[in-house]
Amino acid sequence: MLSNMITIIEDNWLLLLIGQYPNGPLGGIVSTLILSVLGIVLAFPLSVLIALARLSHWKVLNWPATALVYIVRGVPLLMLILLVYFLVPLLIGDSVPGFVTMLCTLVIYEGAFLSEIVRGGIIALPAGQMDAARALGHSHVGAMRYVILPQALYNMMPSILSQFVSTIKETTLGYVINVPELTFAASQLNNRLLTKPFEIFAILAIVYFIVCWSLSELANQLEQRIARQRLGEDPPEAGPSQPGTARIQGAI
Amino acid sequence: MKGFDLLAVLTHPQFSQMLLSGMKMTLVIALGSWMLAMSLGFILLVIRMLPLKAADQAVAAYVSYHRNVPTLVQLMLWYFGIANILPAGLQTWLGDHNGEAIFAIVGLGLCQAAYFSEDLRSGFRSIPPGQDEAARALGHSYLGAMAYVLLPQAFRHALPALINHTVSLFKNSSLAMAIGVAELTHAVKEVENLSFRVFEAYLIATVIYLACSLLLMALGAWLSRDPATTEAA
Repeated sequence: MLSNMITIIEDNWLLLLIGQYPNGPLGGIVSTLILSVLGIVLAFPLSVLIALARLSHWKVLNWPATALVYIVRGVPLLMLILLVYFLVPLLIGDSVPGFVTMLCTLVIYEGAFLSEIVRGGIIALPAGQMDAARALGHSHVGAMRYVILPQALYNMMPSILSQFVSTIKETTLGYVINVPELTFAASQLNNRLLTKPFEIFAILAIVYFIVCWSLSELANQLEQRIARQRLGEDPPEAGPSQPGTARIQGAI
Repeated sequence: MKGFDLLAVLTHPQFSQMLLSGMKMTLVIALGSWMLAMSLGFILLVIRMLPLKAADQAVAAYVSYHRNVPTLVQLMLWYFGIANILPAGLQTWLGDHNGEAIFAIVGLGLCQAAYFSEDLRSGFRSIPPGQDEAARALGHSYLGAMAYVLLPQAFRHALPALINHTVSLFKNSSLAMAIGVAELTHAVKEVENLSFRVFEAYLIATVIYLACSLLLMALGAWLSRDPATTEAA
């Protein structure tokens, strides 16, 4: 069984790495990673805006942002993907490549989940930070921009990294709408070879495990380092024990 | 495109039937895998508490695998991979007895068990050691102390995380569609295909999923607020 797996990898590593590129769209694990990185990078500014809107006292901002977060958190990602897949072409009157559909969905979905992390990070900072910044003459926006967000975002780095791991896992759902990525490549391979499904999907699981496990470990290391730093340098009243970034993200 | 008409889908005998049976399948999968995950989560926790390094490492490996491999890939490994190396008799039996749904329940359940056992474990860590010592001093055996004193408290502490993961388990039941289970998402896609009413079909499904998820979240908030569940701080 192991030798079978090695043979499959030897024969098809290029397909698993980049898909059918250059004869077809870029796929494989490279596409998975590009999709995840773009997804989290584009979702990040959106999530900060949503978080700020949710913390705002203005109901015009607060209510829609809260509703958006609850709707996105309450609906399966797969459902959201299908929704975007069928609705976007109807709305703009033109078909969209699967990659773009998946990216749009990920940005909305991750934006909502990241915004909870950002909000948690901001809430976890002591209130004195905001008061002090305002007392020094910063406007609300200025205090957010120069005092609150830099601290909150630094503390949130491990959570953002774990959210990135979730994003990588979520890109697998693109398989359902035929987005060329790693899971899709493996399923193509399975359709071609037909006789070795166990080996192929075991390889797929191992590849995901290696990528996600390493990144999760990195997030753990980072978390410990930040916790140590905070213990060593911060005076006791400024050290929130843990930002309330409870990992609301489940298993995908 | 046709005009927006929700009733055209809801009152259509065939479509409403498909949606209903899809919903039933979603509930069966969510409930079945939840029960499997919860019982296995408890078992994993108890194994991990044993004073055996190998047991601890084995459970840690189990948790690590299920947390770092996408759930969809786990399901595909079950349905396409493991199904294929089972004995022929069992394969036939599964084929006759809605094997997709069984694999979905097993796959989702085993995956979520890893999350549940971690939630329970962190609930466990927040219990002061005096609780265990007192229970043992009162004559409870290891298992007795676990069952009557420690687990109930750990469960209370772990409740918010357990609820969160229950919501995500419910949402993940939609992944069963990818291995051909006729659950709600699958049914909606079929209805959309047959009726060409894209907005209506997805609106109905979104409302159903959202209602169930919000209900679970509200239940969690209510359980966590109840003083009886927070007294053991």
